[in-house]
Formats: sequence, C-alpha cells, structure tokens
Amino acid sequence: MGEATVTQAKWRLVEVGRVAVFARGPYIGRLAAIVQIIDHKRALVEGPSSDKSKIVPRHAAPLSQLSLTAIVIPDTPLAVGHAALKKRWDSSDVEGKFFNSTYAKNQAKFARRRELNDFERFKAMVLRRQTRFEERKALAQAKAAKA
Amino acid sequence: MRIFAPNDVIAKSRFWYFLAKLKKVKKANGEIVSLNKIHEKHPLKVKNFGVWIRYDSRSGTHNMYKEYREMSRCEAVESMYQDMAARHRARFRSIHILKVVEVEKADDIRRPYIKQLLSKDLKFPLPHRVPPKKGKKVFAATRPNTFY
Repeated sequence: MGEATVTQAKWRLVEVGRVAVFARGPYIGRLAAIVQIIDHKRALVEGPSSDKSKIVPRHAAPLSQLSLTAIVIPDTPLAVGHAALKKRWDSSDVEGKFFNSTYAKNQAKFARRRELNDFERFKAMVLRRQTRFEERKALAQAKAAKA
Repeated sequence: MRIFAPNDVIAKSRFWYFLAKLKKVKKANGEIVSLNKIHEKHPLKVKNFGVWIRYDSRSGTHNMYKEYREMSRCEAVESMYQDMAARHRARFRSIHILKVVEVEKADDIRRPYIKQLLSKDLKFPLPHRVPPKKGKKVFAATRPNTFY
C-alpha cells in the first residue's frame, strides 16, 4: 500500500475574532468582527471602524450575508465590549490589512472600472495597447538576441 | 400578566382570553387600565431562553419545554412560533406560552441543540455556500463556486 498523507483543509472558520466582509444586506462592503456565535446561521458582529461611513453597529447578522476574510483578531474574548474591541481592531490594523489584500484591491479596481465613462474607457484601451506593444517589442528583442 | 403579541389590540384580546381561564371575568365587567410594552434590558447580549408551552395538536394537548438562543425574550418567542409551525404545524391560536425564562447557567441547559453552541472555543467552517437565487438563469456558462 502506498502511503497516504492526510492534511487538514485550510477552511476559514466562523470563530470569535474572525473578521468578515458583508457581501449582502444593508452593510454591504463593510468590515465587521465576529464577537459571539449565536447559532449555526447567525453571529453577533460589530465593525468599530474610525470612518463613520464604514461602521457596522453591533447586531446579529446572518452568516449568509458575510464572507469570511483571512484576518483574525487574536485572543478576542467572548462577547467583547465595544471599547475593548475597538482597541484590538486598531492595534491589529484590521482595515489596513484588508485594504492591502488582493481581494480588496481587485474590488477597488472593479469599482473604479465601473465608474469610467466612454472616453475614459477609450483612454484605458489606448494605454493597454501601448504597454502591450512595449512588452512584445521587448520579447521580440530578447528572442532575437538569443537566436 | 405578561403577554406576547404582535400589537396592542391582540395583546388586549389575549389578556381577556387568559383572564377568563383564571377567573370568571369577562370584558363587559372589566376595564384594562394600562398596557406597557416591556423592552429587553440588554438587547445586545446573547442569551438562552427556556420556553414552556402547552399546545393543541390534531390529536390532543401537549406540554413542551424548548430552548432558544436569542438576543431577546420576544425574539425567542418569535422563533418558538416559527419552530412550532415548522415541526408540528401548530398555529398561534393553538399555543399557550406558560413561561419564558432566561437560562443563565450553562449547566442548566437541557437541550443538546443549545448545549452544542456553548462549547468552549466554538468554531466551524462554512463548507458549502450556495450563491443567492436572485437573477439566476437556468443555464450558466461556468459552474457556480460554492467554496470560498
């Protein structure tokens, strides 16, 4: 028999301290930390952002509205209060970490692309064509130098 | 008397209904002096509630004890009505709430479905996430991703 190695799947877990993004619902696009698990479908969440437009008030949110991020605030006590959570949120730089993630960057890029008007789209197209031309030129030169 | 009702009118009606079961009084011989809505003291705290009920099924009357994990007493009662409708097809009119008590100690929790939520360092994955039905077409070019 061949040796089989079983490795544990790297799930993102619903746990106290896990930071999640709202994918649906009234707080769409905002960050919140899970403060307490209510049951298999709901969790008590709060997003104590410094930016007023990004605050998520403490409430019971269905897990179907959330998508879990890779960020976990370490050693968060169960049902942590607002002030203590805010302190941990700031000290572990949750928002900084999230907005530097590939997911958030892509999301921002898509949002910017959606805002473009026709002329801006045209300009983007021209710029992309220029970079493509430069890339191909460099590639052709490299190939020629090798041959 | 503590009554769980969706509005004032139904609350008053339920008051007379339950009062008639306790004492020989009817609405013509009495007057409701005051009706106060009881607000939850700590609506942002997750609590476990024990609910004692008596309900009429199609074949008889039963007493029941159920537990709910909610943020408020009213939410616990609401989910009790949903639960009874789902599991026993019991309507509002066939359920009497006898008692709603907050269970403070974890050791006093009786039902395993609530007990499992009280284990220390509870964590679980969301292994199969079905995307919302909204705007969904019959055929799709790519398979939906349920793993994220």
